[in-house]
Amino acid sequence: MDGPADANLFSTYDTGGFFCELLAASERSRAGARAQGKLAAMDLERLRQRASDAERELYNFGITFTVYSQKDAIDRILPFDVIPRILTADDWDVIERGVTQRVATLNAFLWDIYHDQKVLKDGVIPSELVLGNANYRPEMQGLDVPGGTYVHINGTDLVRDGEGGFQVLEDNARTPSGVSYVVENRHLMQRAFPDLMAGIGIKSVSNYGGKLHDALIDVAPKEVAEPQVVLLSPGTYNSAYFEHIFLAREMGVPLVEGRDLEVDSRDRVFMRTIDGLKRVDVIYRRLNDDFLDPEVFNPDSMLGTPGLMRAYAKGNVTLANAVGTGVADDKAVYAYLPRLIDYYRSEEPILRNVETHICREKEALSYTLEHLDELVVKPVGEAGGYGITVGPRASEDELDLCRAQLLADPANYISQPMIRLSVCPTLTDAGIEPRHVDLRPFAVTGRSTWVLPGGLTRVALRRGSLIVNSSQGGGSKDTWVLES
Amino acid sequence: MSSLLSRYAEAIYWLARYVERAENMARVLDVNETFSRDSQGGQNWASIIALYSDQDAFKERHPEPTAEAVLSFYLLDDSHPGSILSSVRAARENARTLRPLISTEMWVHLNTFFNRMRALRGDDVAEERVARSLAWIKESCQAHTGITEGTFYRDEGWYFYEMGQAIERADQTTRLLDVKYHLLLPSVADVGSPLDLSQWNAVLRSAAGYHAFRRIHPSGMTVARVADFLLFNRRFPRSVSACVDTVNDRLTALRSRYGLKGGGMALERLDEVRAVLDNEPVDRVLAQGLHEFLDWIQLQMLDVGSLVGRDFFGYQVPETPAATAVQGQS
Repeated sequence: MDGPADANLFSTYDTGGFFCELLAASERSRAGARAQGKLAAMDLERLRQRASDAERELYNFGITFTVYSQKDAIDRILPFDVIPRILTADDWDVIERGVTQRVATLNAFLWDIYHDQKVLKDGVIPSELVLGNANYRPEMQGLDVPGGTYVHINGTDLVRDGEGGFQVLEDNARTPSGVSYVVENRHLMQRAFPDLMAGIGIKSVSNYGGKLHDALIDVAPKEVAEPQVVLLSPGTYNSAYFEHIFLAREMGVPLVEGRDLEVDSRDRVFMRTIDGLKRVDVIYRRLNDDFLDPEVFNPDSMLGTPGLMRAYAKGNVTLANAVGTGVADDKAVYAYLPRLIDYYRSEEPILRNVETHICREKEALSYTLEHLDELVVKPVGEAGGYGITVGPRASEDELDLCRAQLLADPANYISQPMIRLSVCPTLTDAGIEPRHVDLRPFAVTGRSTWVLPGGLTRVALRRGSLIVNSSQGGGSKDTWVLES
Repeated sequence: MSSLLSRYAEAIYWLARYVERAENMARVLDVNETFSRDSQGGQNWASIIALYSDQDAFKERHPEPTAEAVLSFYLLDDSHPGSILSSVRAARENARTLRPLISTEMWVHLNTFFNRMRALRGDDVAEERVARSLAWIKESCQAHTGITEGTFYRDEGWYFYEMGQAIERADQTTRLLDVKYHLLLPSVADVGSPLDLSQWNAVLRSAAGYHAFRRIHPSGMTVARVADFLLFNRRFPRSVSACVDTVNDRLTALRSRYGLKGGGMALERLDEVRAVLDNEPVDRVLAQGLHEFLDWIQLQMLDVGSLVGRDFFGYQVPETPAATAVQGQS
């Protein structure tokens, strides 16, 4: 037993008026209430002890950050918080349908812009926003990808507002990472808190590798009987190498680097084995477009394989995700997603976008400038939470700087209202406190779409912080989707 | 058809070599530490440096070959590729590359081993305490070998693991024998003296061969018998002969079981070594110079390693392989 019966882990917990994931799940579902009750019965010291055991395990696993020396810091992991984030079956139903709708729209949009460009001709989205986008790849024009699938793996960043409604913050349709944490966090929880999880009814996340492999086989070049799938990694020094290992293992496929592959004069891809060259049919690449093929993209890249695009253009190999998906998850294109859902599917968006002002548009720019101290201003090209100005928290100087940047290059910015991000109770030095969270569910698409029931819950570990990125002091939590 | 990537085969091979190298370095330091108690002082420690041809690298870092300096150089020195720390680091780096193939237990153990090595400080390798540190280093290497044996999937990769281990072990056994040679250069008068014999005894023990040796030679210990045992006894797993058998077996299996085309020239080279091991009596080896014979063995194993690298890992090796290191120390 953890602690005396009358102890309550949450007795001093104060949500600060924010929407609390755990309390909401507890109110809205019986299984959620059971989980909350079990947690509440835990004693803080015991919880800390188990959290430190979990940390020790991560350290021995070599996937945690150590401060010994920079040389070894390549094995960094998101700090792990032991209090799970719980989603009810109803929450999940909305997310699953919404993500599926979004992925279908992204794929339809990509097929269109790389073929007939009807969406541009119909004026649904400005042509220059697509064709002038740095991530638009003219090499993809007219290339038929199997099943019409460009985005095989998609990560949709969701936040929850003050009323508990889900909103899409952004799409990640290039090489989204984080799914390994979803599965590893669950395994960690199963070892550290088997008693907590017993009898709750949580959807399993362990079959991601199998589902991904199936999807990739589905989109292999047609004539191949037993397609050889590989995972292409930039190598051991990449910050996501741990995840590449995880995925290759879970799928049971070789993890290759660019130097392990070669393309012959007939534009076929092979890998170098101890018995010579072996044909490769599908490449799950965790390498950005720029580095894939020095013959076509960055000529200085040593990470890719010369000739890969030749093989791809001939349909001799499938790349997942397809080349050129970056144009679809661009922050500026994001603003048009609701219109694209209507255009391609004649449907209402199941998941709302965060209200977005596209500063390239005159009205939006003047609105943004007038309400600068209420809005969050984001550069469209950046990732990782960099370059963001949070109006309500910014000083006068910071606002002035932001204003100057906006006026100098309005097309580079969007603005959004500040969302009262939901919170989740989190173990801190000061006890159990609310911390803001987001959610990245992962969708896998071969011929159809499957959404992993769970997702990466990132938590802003600093009090009051809204930025959950690992490079900005974020951590992660296990994410439970309740069966009922 | 085999689909093991060349790069993985190479990493497995080197993973095995680096762990074996770390273990044997611990053995060499251990036996030397035992010798140095015999009032020979700093002289003894200089011989280790000579044994590994590390004179220049050592001089860059330390003025004198004191026990402290030599132990730090071979145990803790991050900047010295021949140190145990560097070997364990290299083993871990190879294991990191191999994470998709090796068992989680192998990885966690090596990672923990490396973290422990990295935490070693000067105090832990001071002369009076170094034996303890060397003991757990040896044990950690053996734990790795045991975990690998018990968990590593038996496909082509396993053969490369065993091959790397055997090639390194043969090389290291010759070095262990050579320590004795370098240390003492005994005059004819000393041969067979109590001091001389106690040192041969220590060599045997450091190769964990004393008890096995006693099973076939219940009494008495001569130089010839010890050398014969460590070089030619096919049943003792650390002997040169046993290691050559292992490499030969694994290469043959890779070709027959997996239909691999490579390895032919390496097998030819092993045949030549086998012929010498079978036909060269130990007395003649000793008469013509043990050191020279050990050198020859080392060069042959180096060549075998290069030929394996050429055929399976894609190394660029000249037609007549030169006696140069392909990777790591020579």
